[in-house]
Amino acid sequence: MDFRFTEEQEMTASVVRDLLADLCQPADLRRLMEAGEARDNARWDKIVEMGLAGILVPEHAGGLGLGAVDFVQCAEACGYAGLPEPLVENAGVALPLLAGASPAHPLLARALEGEITVAVGHGANPFVADADTAGAIVVERDGELHLIEADSASLTRQPSIDPFRRLFTVDFAASEATRIASAGEAAPLLAQAFDQGALFAAAQLLGIAQRCVDLAVDYAKERQQFGKPIGSYQAIKHHLATVQVKIEFARPVLHAAAAMLPQRDLYSRARISHAKLVAAEAADLAARTAIQVHGAMGYSWEVDVHFFLKRAIALDTWWGAPALHRGRVAARVLGGQLGPDSTFCKEQEHA
Amino acid sequence: MDLTYTDEQKHFRQEVRSWMEAHVPSAPLPSFDASQEGFEAHREWERTLSKGRWGMVTWLETYGGRGLDLIQWLIFEEEYYRAGAPLRVNQNGIFLLGPTLMEYGTDEQKARFLTAMASGDEIWAQAWSEPQAGSDLAAVKSTATLDGDEYVLKGHKIWSSRAVFADWAFGLFRTDPASQRHEGLSLIFFKLDAPGVRVQAIPQIDGETGFAEIFLEDVRVPAFNRLGTEGEGWSICMATAGFERGLMLRSPARFQMAARRLVELYKAHEAEAEPSVRDAVMRCVMDTEAYALSIYSTASRLRAGGHIGAEASTNKIFWSEMDISMHKAALSILGARAELLRSAPAAGDIGKWLDGYFFSLAGPIYAGSNEIQRNIIAERLLGLPRA
Repeated sequence: MDFRFTEEQEMTASVVRDLLADLCQPADLRRLMEAGEARDNARWDKIVEMGLAGILVPEHAGGLGLGAVDFVQCAEACGYAGLPEPLVENAGVALPLLAGASPAHPLLARALEGEITVAVGHGANPFVADADTAGAIVVERDGELHLIEADSASLTRQPSIDPFRRLFTVDFAASEATRIASAGEAAPLLAQAFDQGALFAAAQLLGIAQRCVDLAVDYAKERQQFGKPIGSYQAIKHHLATVQVKIEFARPVLHAAAAMLPQRDLYSRARISHAKLVAAEAADLAARTAIQVHGAMGYSWEVDVHFFLKRAIALDTWWGAPALHRGRVAARVLGGQLGPDSTFCKEQEHA
Repeated sequence: MDLTYTDEQKHFRQEVRSWMEAHVPSAPLPSFDASQEGFEAHREWERTLSKGRWGMVTWLETYGGRGLDLIQWLIFEEEYYRAGAPLRVNQNGIFLLGPTLMEYGTDEQKARFLTAMASGDEIWAQAWSEPQAGSDLAAVKSTATLDGDEYVLKGHKIWSSRAVFADWAFGLFRTDPASQRHEGLSLIFFKLDAPGVRVQAIPQIDGETGFAEIFLEDVRVPAFNRLGTEGEGWSICMATAGFERGLMLRSPARFQMAARRLVELYKAHEAEAEPSVRDAVMRCVMDTEAYALSIYSTASRLRAGGHIGAEASTNKIFWSEMDISMHKAALSILGARAELLRSAPAAGDIGKWLDGYFFSLAGPIYAGSNEIQRNIIAERLLGLPRA
């Protein structure tokens, strides 16, 4: 029993954090938004150079063969930075899904090299994110998995309030040629992809929550009213402390969910859903609190908080709305082991 | 990250479980805050624990412990609450003063006080607050004047938990009469039956006498009873870095056991429960698990040589609010029966939820009000400026 990340895991996360601190500040986001481009190519090239695309892809399929626990803090960092490019969905969900269905596919090899990204059309989400910049899309259709190359799909943009989310509905002609997994083969892969999607969405939400607190703290130290920084007043302090408590008690749930993900049982599913619920709540409260602490400035386009508010709104229902996740928690609470010795329960031990 | 127990840890859990099954009283003990009899029954339980060397498992063997690490402590606590063992009447001693003594005490002081604490022979109360020094604890006025090798204590302490029946108290006194605020304070122990000490019970919301006022009139105690150097009292009281206080006051197992009972209550009344009650129950279980995971995370870090920081404050806010939610959820399941006394003919399975609810309302107040904890989080964790 050791609830700590390894030095390698901490180092990987800090490399991602540092890179994004350099290349993905709100000013960079605004520049991208004003240019109207889909992607900051210079930044994406640097991200590709980190070699994280195959982090969750098994070694036999050409990946690094690592686990969710190795990537979860990277996803937090992406949320903290409000990263527009699809590192999390590409490396965290799409490539492991493609590798599970078709480990020898040449498009997977290209994706692992960083030449292309792969987007995911999972039944849990009504849209496909980043389909236009992807080289290929893995789509669920009638329970089966299909792989379509970008130019053979018809994409309809569904503009999001989040200027950096590129959502699409995807039409394509499903055929034997596009199918990479039958319904029977696809089901466990889709379940696994859902857990990864929900887990890494939770990680981004937690990063968003902390970013909102940090933005508000910076402002509260500077902004003076009644002759003092507003951050010296208890009304402001207590708002922010309340959010920080929410974050502190979402973080270990997220990290435990990452460590438990490979169990693929009642307990790991409930823990992932628990993480998604509390991270989304922390992000929601943090964003609203940050707006309140900024006062009228908080409601302005000029202050950066709204970027994070919008991402929090988007991710709250991405990879399962709260009701779905509450249902998965309830299944464990009402049907599984409970009590002081059940924190790290596994189904097999209680079979 | 490895979230599985080692074979040694599993074996240890089994050892605790077997011992608890053989020794935990089959009927609940009467409250330690309601009568001398209940208090003594709990003292006897502490002695039983001590005979099994379960008094404080993390303490060194020299002081009646087992020298175990914090993960083993968590496992012990899980089995303790799982077995429905009595609440710890000496919690002020073993969880608050004990670790402080370990850090600041001389070898002689440790030998004198720790063993008797772990064995239940000496039960401790805390004597910090005063009528004009609550959240503003640095406003304490009670004095300790050195006279030869004795201190003479004078003053008025209040809200001292367990002081009605306890043997000893650890108090915060002004040893430098010219000092202001945090300076010139010392932590000094005194016996609650010493000449000049008058203890007056304060009835609580629930009618029990869990806390008391202490009047001190020229109470003479040996200078040996001062912990740390003179004037160091404030930093000793506030010290959370480097030891376990912030972790141990409320172990997760206590709340996980309550959550399990809450789910059992919910299942028994599921048919008539509103959907919002179901959500509240799920929320409570999630919160108790989040708390447990957080403590496992902190314990892992401390075991590897880390230090505890603002966790003591975030933990306190989280568990105290969670405890209230849990009891409120139970009361809403009980519906109209929630207000009944257990002696009412229609009480049925109402259990002790109402008593627990009252007690939970004290949570955001004692051990430093949650407002003070939020100030600490804002200033020390977030770096906001002091007022």
